[in-house]
Amino acid sequence: LSATTCAGSGCLPVFLEGSVFTVAVASSDQHSPITAHSGSHKATDHGSHNNTGKAFPVLDLNYENVRVPFEISLWVLLASLMKLGFHLVPHLSNIVPESCLLIVVGLLVGGIIRGTGETVPPVLDSKLFFYILLPPIILDAGYFLPIRPFMENLGTILIFAVVGTLWNAFFVGGLLYGVCQIGTESSSILSRIGLLQCLLFGSIISAVDPVAVLAVFEEIHINELLHILVFGESLLNDAVTVVLYHLFEEFSGIGSVTLLKGFLGVISFFVVALGGVLVGVLYGILAAFTSRFTSHTRVIEPLFVFLYSYMAYLSAEIFHLSGIMALIACGAVMRPYVEANISHKSHTTIKYFLKMWSSVSETLIFIFLGVATVAGPHDWNWTFVTVTVILCLVARVIGVVGLTFIINKFRIVKLTTKDQFIIAYGGLRGAIAFSLGFLLNKEHFPEREIFLTAIITVIFFTVFVQGMTIKPLVELLAVKKKQEAKRSINEEIHTQFLDHLLTGIEDICGHYGHHHWKDKLNRFNKKYVKKCLIAGERSKEPQLIAFYHKMEMKQAIQLVESGGGIKMPSAVPSTVSMQNIQPRPSTKPAPERAIPQLSKNKEEEIRKILRTNLQRTRQRLRSYNRHTLVADPYEDGLSDLFLKKQKMFQIEKKLKEMNTYLTVPAPPPDSPTMCRARLASDPQAYSIKPASNKVPMIQVDLASPQSPDSVNLLDEFGQANQQEEEEQGLMMKPPSRPREAKKPSEEDEAKDQQRLMRCLSDPGPSADEDEDGAFLP
Amino acid sequence: MYNYKHYCKNLHKYIHIVDVCFFTVSQEQIKNLYQRFQQLSGNHEKISRDDLERIPALNNNPIRKQIITAFFDKRNQHQNDVGSLDEIGFEQFLMVMSHFRPVNSTATEEEKVTVRKQKLRFLFNMHDTDNDGIITLDEYRTVVEELLSQSGAIETEVARSIADAAMLEVASTNVPHMAPDDFYEGITFEHFEQILKGIEMESRMSIRFLDMNTATMRCGKLSS
Repeated sequence: LSATTCAGSGCLPVFLEGSVFTVAVASSDQHSPITAHSGSHKATDHGSHNNTGKAFPVLDLNYENVRVPFEISLWVLLASLMKLGFHLVPHLSNIVPESCLLIVVGLLVGGIIRGTGETVPPVLDSKLFFYILLPPIILDAGYFLPIRPFMENLGTILIFAVVGTLWNAFFVGGLLYGVCQIGTESSSILSRIGLLQCLLFGSIISAVDPVAVLAVFEEIHINELLHILVFGESLLNDAVTVVLYHLFEEFSGIGSVTLLKGFLGVISFFVVALGGVLVGVLYGILAAFTSRFTSHTRVIEPLFVFLYSYMAYLSAEIFHLSGIMALIACGAVMRPYVEANISHKSHTTIKYFLKMWSSVSETLIFIFLGVATVAGPHDWNWTFVTVTVILCLVARVIGVVGLTFIINKFRIVKLTTKDQFIIAYGGLRGAIAFSLGFLLNKEHFPEREIFLTAIITVIFFTVFVQGMTIKPLVELLAVKKKQEAKRSINEEIHTQFLDHLLTGIEDICGHYGHHHWKDKLNRFNKKYVKKCLIAGERSKEPQLIAFYHKMEMKQAIQLVESGGGIKMPSAVPSTVSMQNIQPRPSTKPAPERAIPQLSKNKEEEIRKILRTNLQRTRQRLRSYNRHTLVADPYEDGLSDLFLKKQKMFQIEKKLKEMNTYLTVPAPPPDSPTMCRARLASDPQAYSIKPASNKVPMIQVDLASPQSPDSVNLLDEFGQANQQEEEEQGLMMKPPSRPREAKKPSEEDEAKDQQRLMRCLSDPGPSADEDEDGAFLP
Repeated sequence: MYNYKHYCKNLHKYIHIVDVCFFTVSQEQIKNLYQRFQQLSGNHEKISRDDLERIPALNNNPIRKQIITAFFDKRNQHQNDVGSLDEIGFEQFLMVMSHFRPVNSTATEEEKVTVRKQKLRFLFNMHDTDNDGIITLDEYRTVVEELLSQSGAIETEVARSIADAAMLEVASTNVPHMAPDDFYEGITFEHFEQILKGIEMESRMSIRFLDMNTATMRCGKLSS
């Protein structure tokens, strides 16, 4: 594996810089199976070469043509196999975070390469890292960023990101310079490191790394607030890092600092940050607008999302703006509108692809970190390295504590000491620091190797020591964990209610707070922006209704997935149904359950039909992990089902006049039930003839608690079908007619809703927090 | 300009409310609120519903009627009284505003629970319009309809089904095993607390305005 992967040095950067084409062209001229390249070990001569009359080579070997793609694929394959392997080993992933294991693997691979005498390729080349490996991770994070907690804590996050990083950079850089000057003899190499170089080093090492944070925090499942604080900080400090880096690099090159330049530096910070966000927002709006017209070419919808985001990143990089912020802004802005426009399949595709790419990227980054460590070049200096590590820790702690003290004055929900500890401890450094160090110019920075060694040591320290111990510490300190948030409809109603209430109170007080502006933004969004960017009628659907439909859909799908007659496992087993809630008409003495009793045979037949056409139970993933996806309800088989349901819908429309069979005690021979049974066995059209314009019903047994199989499935089919067509995206029209029977009797209405609500009596599925919620909830 | 003399004369009364309400607020904030009160009432001593309805910013609020009613609801005055007032004075205004205070981080668990109950009670009173102690299905339906009222032509069916689903959820969480013939009357206050325990009411239902420069003048127990 290793011998072939790293033949020669710089195989991957070669690919990027375009010279692979020259290599390929050169080798295609040769017909000889022997490659002249020094690295190839597999050069064998297949005999025919020596004959003057060249025979046609039956078996030829030309490795050079495929070398680069081949090696890239091998690396990716290695990464993926490692990921597989870790989860096969029991208990390993509980103790050691994945990132540590991957770095160890990288070390091993690097070691093997070294051992075989090859030069280790500089795989963590900055171009590869910044243009290929980093964007998927950031896009994944940005697209699924939980907007509401992010916005609510934006002030705190910004203060940590900007002020915290600045503090760290200057503290570490300054003190390091002091130590170098004072603590060592004047002839040692350390004393030759200038202040600017130290400050530059400080700015590189002080930025909290989003990749490392994501990798570690994913596994510890802490509560949302802490997660968003540390993660948000790691994303937003990119602007600061970019500015500081370029600033100090400029200054080191030129050699002199003036006040004007310092002032320009401050200005450039705002330009970088806001410019990055602006670029991202622009591309986000473009993407949203494009998605409005994609209803006829659903297949390439995901591509637009990826392309626009990547372009946003690259465009920002052209102007030295913050690419990360552009990417985040683009993803966050486009998401609510795009999701309203695209089909469900596209949405799934986007989700899958983003998760896949970011997963692979992350794995590769850590492996490469390990390989790059072996590659060197290193210059170990005990003083420098240890001082750096200690200073980083101290700076982080002081920074967090100090800033929290100030921030808590403005927060309603204060940050406790435990929170502060986790925030400080969670400030991990990662591959971004290494890549930035790698980018340093050797001429301006003769001490580049010392820097690189120190950076790697800090990275190792944070990832290994802090990464491994944070999980037990979280347990020990009993930090609040992430709740399995099952967003119930009551909570949703009341969240909205509270929003309006607080806005109203603020208006009465005359106080233009936070709710007031949020409300204004919401209204602006609804009035103008949504109309522009969302196709068709979906732009008008209020959030509560969207939420409700989503919930209904999820439950319908769950019901289908559980394969028919099996009772849904619900958190709160309950026999409550709609019947219990509906106010009883006072004239009736007691509600009669005028449920037609189907004979057992019919029941069985119907159930069998259902089972043969439905999917098996799927295991639902309980907690949300960035690398796993919630069970996707839309398997291929199910789409067929939906098509059939559409047919059903059309038939139903034609059968509006049919009476409900509910009033009939037992199904007569030609009842809809029988027709249905006959039809259903017809493989061509699994279309249920509904008994009325209402929801089709296969009513097995309504409300009897004794029969555990009393689940009505097709009710949900009808509902879901009427509400959703394949091509309609995630928003649904409100169910209009079908709920009302033509001549509703009170009973029927109650029964009807009961039928529907029976399914809803099971508390909702775990709300996928990354797909819930509109842009401005 | 507010009537400074009047304000000073009654300041002790207002501070008394503060004590009774367990209201951590500063004099500065009382003054600001008093100014606003005067502004709303046109320098009279009491405000009526019309005064509140004239606030232009409230026009876009889907639940403005309920909010305004809540100010005039006697139940929110901590006096075990029912019915509604026609006009309220500054004391009653303060009383209502006190429901939106944030909880001090130094508060004990017990205090937090009390505050939370108070806020939930306020919400409950807003829903329970006929004051029978339970939120019936009709009342809940009205709530949802009002919430959705600003969103254009929404068919009432949808609002009803949302309310029904929500009610069902409350019933199944709180009374999981009901026989088919039982009737779930409505959401009682205990059930209401139960279903909203996921939302951190102490922090969600508060106005930041009341939190700035808090001089902690707490004393006395809540008399509710």
